[in-house]
Amino acid sequence: MPLPAGPAMIRFETVSFRYGAGPVLSNVSFHVAPGETVVIFGISGSGKSTILKLVAGLIRPQAGRIFVNGQDMSQASESDWRQLRPKIGFVFQGGALFDSMTVGENVGFYLLEHTDKPLSEIEASVRQTLRFLNLSEDLIDLLPDSLSGGMQRRVAIGRAVAAVDPLIMLYDEPTTGLDPISTRAITEMILKLRDVKKVSSIVVTHEIADAFEVTDHFIVLHDGLIVFDGTGAEMLKSTNEHVREFLAPFIDSVRALTASFD
Amino acid sequence: MVLLSILKRFAWDTQELAKYSLRLGRRLFTRPFYFMEMVEQMYFLGVGSLFLVVLTGTFAGQGLALQFSIELADFGSKNYLGRVLTISIVRELGPVLTGLMVAARVAAGVTAEIGSMKSSEQIDALTAFGVDPIRKLAVPRFWALLIMLPVLTIICDFVAITGGYLIAVYVAHISASAYWTNVIHKLTLGNMVIGLTKPFLYAVIISTISTHMGFSTEGGTKGVGRSTTDSVVACSITILFVNFLIARLVTPLLKGVM
Repeated sequence: MPLPAGPAMIRFETVSFRYGAGPVLSNVSFHVAPGETVVIFGISGSGKSTILKLVAGLIRPQAGRIFVNGQDMSQASESDWRQLRPKIGFVFQGGALFDSMTVGENVGFYLLEHTDKPLSEIEASVRQTLRFLNLSEDLIDLLPDSLSGGMQRRVAIGRAVAAVDPLIMLYDEPTTGLDPISTRAITEMILKLRDVKKVSSIVVTHEIADAFEVTDHFIVLHDGLIVFDGTGAEMLKSTNEHVREFLAPFIDSVRALTASFD
Repeated sequence: MVLLSILKRFAWDTQELAKYSLRLGRRLFTRPFYFMEMVEQMYFLGVGSLFLVVLTGTFAGQGLALQFSIELADFGSKNYLGRVLTISIVRELGPVLTGLMVAARVAAGVTAEIGSMKSSEQIDALTAFGVDPIRKLAVPRFWALLIMLPVLTIICDFVAITGGYLIAVYVAHISASAYWTNVIHKLTLGNMVIGLTKPFLYAVIISTISTHMGFSTEGGTKGVGRSTTDSVVACSITILFVNFLIARLVTPLLKGVM
């Protein structure tokens, strides 16, 4: 499938990646426009999280080119990545909060590490972020272990946002395993960041109903290959066996949901 | 076939450790340096190991003194207990025992901590936030151990010799002055150079292996357990091997000043 010609915040051109002997991604190409949210579906082990790690420069591709914010980052040095990373917010699967630090230190981590701002200013910024994401300021002195799974993911989003105003947000299964209220809260956070901060996002998820709420651009991965890239309506009509197989358990609920949007 | 696969695995692990050591080495003398993390680790690794080292040193010194006093009595040389004990403790027992005790406590703790961070993606999160994990986690532990292990060794030597003194005076009935004169007689430059070179090398071994094992952890909680065990075993064996090398290669060179 040819890539769109317009400006891209993230662009993969025939990217391949392997861990050891086994290929994880093979000739993957896709495009995320500025301000756009893309959802990546796929069964476990299909290479979804690997795409996020490639975008954040945590791993490097063996072949192909990756453009982030207009820069070719495929062969970029670590110092180039260090300059770019503040523009990328990464919400890891399970939150990955620093468990020896309080919520406040987690949310203010970037500012504590990379700026000389006084602590009072950093605390004010942390509180502002918590308020923006509808999180209680009372959480600030708690350790991550004392928070529920849903709350930890929300704080993780706060940590990613508080760095600087990110241009890109990467969400690795942000709602997996959470109760409906936490899921709703996180979906609202993603929507708020999309609509208010105009960030480009990639959301890796299995939660199809939530995905339809945040975007209409979907990619389906299977065994490291992109088997679908298009809108929700196109995906529902897709004849690709892997897409149909993936959607089969959810097809009725998704059709009902899309009908309700119409 | 099994032997070949073990050798291949050993060669691979050694190569990975060597590559990691270079990465760590390049970061030891460059900024940013996490001073407060180093101070925190000095407390955790050093002060936290103090009780263990004192206890081990005391019992080891007393045990050694008891054994030597019986043997030396057969030759009518009981008064030389202080000499024999000092040589054994300062050159061998103090550094090795401290190294092994700290390896067991610290290597396990450091590997488990970094390994858990790896398996919960906290290491990736550090990188994603523009922080070099080796600089943030390994370098402060390296310097903290390099400073604290020699201090712990000196403390271990002191309590072991003092423990030996209690046995010498109250069990073997040697006079205190005879004991201490012999101790001081053997606190020579050569013995102290050997005894104090070792903890610096052991600190490098423990901090490098334990942090490397932590960063290489794979396979979730089970992987953390495996790395932790491997880390303690690798540190202990390497310490004993290096101790042998020093005894074989360095000790003869210092014979004139011992």
